[in-house]
Amino acid sequence: MATRLTSTKTVPKKGTRAGKGPGFPGPNGKGPKGNGWKGGDEPQRRLSASAYRITMWVVLAAILMMFAALSSVYIILAGGEQWQPIKMPRMFFLSSAVILTSSLSLEHAKRSLKLGRQRSSYYWTGTTLLLGVMFLICQLLGWRELRAQGLYFSGQPHSSFFYFFTGVHGIHLVGGIVALVYLLSRLRRALAPLSAKTEITAQVVSIYWHTMDAVWLWLFLLLMLWK
Amino acid sequence: MSETHDAVHRHEPPKSFIRKYIFSLDHKVIGIQYILLALAAVLVGMIMSLLMRLNLSWPGTNWPILGTLFPGGAPNGVMNPEFYLSLVTMHGTIMVFFVLTTAPQGGFGNYFLPIQIGAEDMAFPFLNMMSFWITFVGFIVILAAIFFSGAPSTVGPIGGWTGYAPLSALGQIAGPGQGMGMNLWIISIAIFCVGSLLGALNFITTLLNMRTRGMSLMRMPLTCWAWFTTAVLALLSFPVLLGGGILLLLDRLAGTSFFIPGGLYVSGVLSGTNPNFPLHTGGSPILWQHLFWFFGHPEVYIAILPGMGATSHILATFARKPVFGYRAMVFAIFAIGLLGFFVWGHHMFISGMSPYSAVAFSILTLSIGVPSAVKTFNWIGTLWGARIRFTSAMLFAIGFVSLFVAGGISGLILGQSSLDLPVHDTYIVLGHFHLVMGVASIFGMFAATYFWFPKMLGRFMNERLGQIHFWITFLGVYAIFIPMHVMGLVGMPRRYSQFTEYEFLKSLHPLVIFVSVAAIITIATQFIFYFNLIWSIFKGKKAGDNPWEATTLEWSTATPPPHDNFAGIIPTVYRGPYEFAVPGAPNDFVMQTEADAEVPGGNGHEAHKH
Amino acid sequence: MGRVLAVLIWIVTLASVILFVSKKWWFPPAISAHAPALDRQFLITILVVGVAFTAAEVGLGWMVWKYRDTVSGRATYTHGSNRLEVVWTVVTAVVFIALAVMGQSVWAQLRLHDAPAGAFQVEVVAQQFQWNFHYAGKDNVFGRTDPALIDDSALNFVGLDESDPSAKDDAVTAALAIPVNRPVELRLRSKDVIHSFWVPPLRFKQDLVPGMEIKVHFTATQVGKYELACAELCGQLHFKMKSYMLVLPEDEHRALTALPQAQFQARMQELLNKYQLPQY
Repeated sequence: MATRLTSTKTVPKKGTRAGKGPGFPGPNGKGPKGNGWKGGDEPQRRLSASAYRITMWVVLAAILMMFAALSSVYIILAGGEQWQPIKMPRMFFLSSAVILTSSLSLEHAKRSLKLGRQRSSYYWTGTTLLLGVMFLICQLLGWRELRAQGLYFSGQPHSSFFYFFTGVHGIHLVGGIVALVYLLSRLRRALAPLSAKTEITAQVVSIYWHTMDAVWLWLFLLLMLWK
Repeated sequence: MSETHDAVHRHEPPKSFIRKYIFSLDHKVIGIQYILLALAAVLVGMIMSLLMRLNLSWPGTNWPILGTLFPGGAPNGVMNPEFYLSLVTMHGTIMVFFVLTTAPQGGFGNYFLPIQIGAEDMAFPFLNMMSFWITFVGFIVILAAIFFSGAPSTVGPIGGWTGYAPLSALGQIAGPGQGMGMNLWIISIAIFCVGSLLGALNFITTLLNMRTRGMSLMRMPLTCWAWFTTAVLALLSFPVLLGGGILLLLDRLAGTSFFIPGGLYVSGVLSGTNPNFPLHTGGSPILWQHLFWFFGHPEVYIAILPGMGATSHILATFARKPVFGYRAMVFAIFAIGLLGFFVWGHHMFISGMSPYSAVAFSILTLSIGVPSAVKTFNWIGTLWGARIRFTSAMLFAIGFVSLFVAGGISGLILGQSSLDLPVHDTYIVLGHFHLVMGVASIFGMFAATYFWFPKMLGRFMNERLGQIHFWITFLGVYAIFIPMHVMGLVGMPRRYSQFTEYEFLKSLHPLVIFVSVAAIITIATQFIFYFNLIWSIFKGKKAGDNPWEATTLEWSTATPPPHDNFAGIIPTVYRGPYEFAVPGAPNDFVMQTEADAEVPGGNGHEAHKH
Repeated sequence: MGRVLAVLIWIVTLASVILFVSKKWWFPPAISAHAPALDRQFLITILVVGVAFTAAEVGLGWMVWKYRDTVSGRATYTHGSNRLEVVWTVVTAVVFIALAVMGQSVWAQLRLHDAPAGAFQVEVVAQQFQWNFHYAGKDNVFGRTDPALIDDSALNFVGLDESDPSAKDDAVTAALAIPVNRPVELRLRSKDVIHSFWVPPLRFKQDLVPGMEIKVHFTATQVGKYELACAELCGQLHFKMKSYMLVLPEDEHRALTALPQAQFQARMQELLNKYQLPQY
């Protein structure tokens, strides 16, 4: 049986595959090395930047599943006989434009940071924060528009969804705003050289924010176009 | 220069009692906390089931203790129907959520996943701690539902663990057990969802990113694969339940109509004519079922997969040979997890949903039997050619296989839409899910406890008591749940507080008594287990680092593991997880950490031709 | 120890098989047209179940008996066999999926086709905790019903609109009377929560969902009186939500349904007394 032994089956050498790996990219997205070990003496004790990004996607998977479930509820109930069409309050058009702009400003902030321009990044992040708050205010004003039309939370499913979707999305956006405040505080304290922690925070927060932007646009289109 | 960021920095072990044992960031402490929670919850659940059996077997009997403790629910000691139904509801909810979704994953998974992959802790220790305490709060809330149930005659809400709308959505007007208790039930489950999601996040991130040098995915113990897949299932199914639960709560409290259609007439009141019953319109009761079961079906796989992983692990260890078909086992775990998302409609064949979708769900449901069968064949294959050591852990692992077959096989009947017509909502369903969830899964947990107790606490559990526990419980659960299948054939319906009203049920009375006697004996036997646990902590025979001569990383470190799991020296992995009986090796087991190139043994995922 | 375990596994397996094979507790004799096909599918399925169950448990017991560590030497070192995996996966898949596909024909017959023309129609309105059956009467037209007209205290359980001429000959009772050997269409509704219509010898069950009218059909093939139970938790008296299904000879049934409300109830009671429940 000793003839079955080969040295690749024991100590994995730097840069070689340690036995038969799974054949797909390892946990750091760095290629099919099979164990994600980058070599060297220190084993994987720390989370890398890409690990944080993946973690954020994992979090978003759960959040998106919930919105998917709520969207299916909407679509199914819209098939009911008692469904009344509702005109989209104008405020929601404005808020959609605001949140789109906020994504642009955040993206700009992230790129500035990458280029080492912390000050610019700080101001653009602040702009995003303000736009985010403006978005929430627009949403509340949209609620007021609905109430003026005589459409309340209870009574019929269609109007319930206007309030409910904006409310649930709004709660998640508040989470995003808290994250932006945290990012701002880090940017403020950042001196050259820039810490990796701040960069990772910026990346992760922007993934979340852009996704929440996309979720709002999805909900908006659903409310507007689906019956 | 940029440094990679530490999520798990090497922190000093905590000093104060509170930081060490209460609000601990250590995954091992958190794991034990989950296990303790499950042990408390299962006790509550078992007592509830005992009361249920007493009522079914001897209805109308005066139980004086009951009359004293629950004067509203058992006036003159005689249990009334709403008391019984609230027991049904709480038993199911507590067992499924606070026992089967805590101990296997949050308990043993939290404790052993990081160690088995060679990590010092989970990726996010703070979130891990939060996930336990949030789950704990959920448990307090569900217990509160017993006392604040809004009806003095119940011990909580009435709705079954499935809480179908509109009964669960209408509120007090629909009868006893529909008041505050139902609100607390929904809130407790919502809280539980959040705790579970945080846990799932940790498991996934840790497994993907923190495996040690040499620990490729295909060298992970099957327990890790099971915990990982379970976490993915939880991640994608709990949010749906959370969404549905919020909608249900809004229907109850905010007058919305997600699940309540218009034109209802409840308890003499027409919708919209009374402040107790506001106007509703446009809602769909079946929608609740879709949301609930989209979560509910993956949930039952969440309950069983960790037990499957533990069984594979323990069978290999005490059979002294590798798991048969490791790669097939991994694929089977994936297949079960993936298919589990597409079969929820088999709970709803006669719900009023489209009969065409029933055809699709039926075929998909029987397909999911295939990976389950494959796993069973591989377990039997693991025992073939073995040298079996019959420890308590091994007995329970073998018991798992037997019970999983017994319970799972009736799925072939229930999964066919036409055959479901006569057996839906009868005791066949109860027999089926109790055997797979309530017994096989629990056997997985027993096996895991006897197996890992020495590693966690440095002492063996008493073998003799463990064996007595096994023999009686094994026979007992068969005696309780196999008869339920024929009861279902005769037509015994679920959730009936008494069987006295129907002639066609009279012939079942002897079986009902038989089942209850078996249940009483089996429940009593579990106290041997509780006693063994407590006694062994103090008086158990001392255990070394690797008392079972096993191969995986948890056995390569000290007993019990130090705070950072490996005393600063993270192991490197050189081979597969189940290298037992390797020809030419000095011992009949080769640990994963065995670096010596001269010791033969493989990576564990090549098939050897015979 | 291994031998004891193996024997115990075999004993529980044997006991379980005997319990089923003895048929001491089994489905009641069937009284519907689709039952023979359904029972046949059930038999095939239970055969597969029985064989799989027995084979697996016997196999498990056999391994446990034969491969105890009383034999010296090491276990057989193998990581498995790809060929075996393929074989048993394919065989299992074929058997299971074949079963599933076969089982669809009964379902299709019952659920994917509308009731045949000329079926006898009854409206079933369930509530906490009684059954209400609405018959169209001699004119074969159901009188208009409206939830707003429901008044339990006035015994108008289904909200029948008395001003509608076609409601004049309608009858509403607590028991179901259907003709033998003639397709029956039930239009199922619920006033409050989900209930479920179930008569065990009929091999037939269907939920009644508030807000929906669900149409189902079947044909009863044997005259008699059968118990009707609710099969979906609907509140604290779920266990008592009982009624009867009368399957009547064609002429008896025609005579009954021609009667207006006042005489319908009384005649229904006579028939309920006349027919006996099956003795099992």
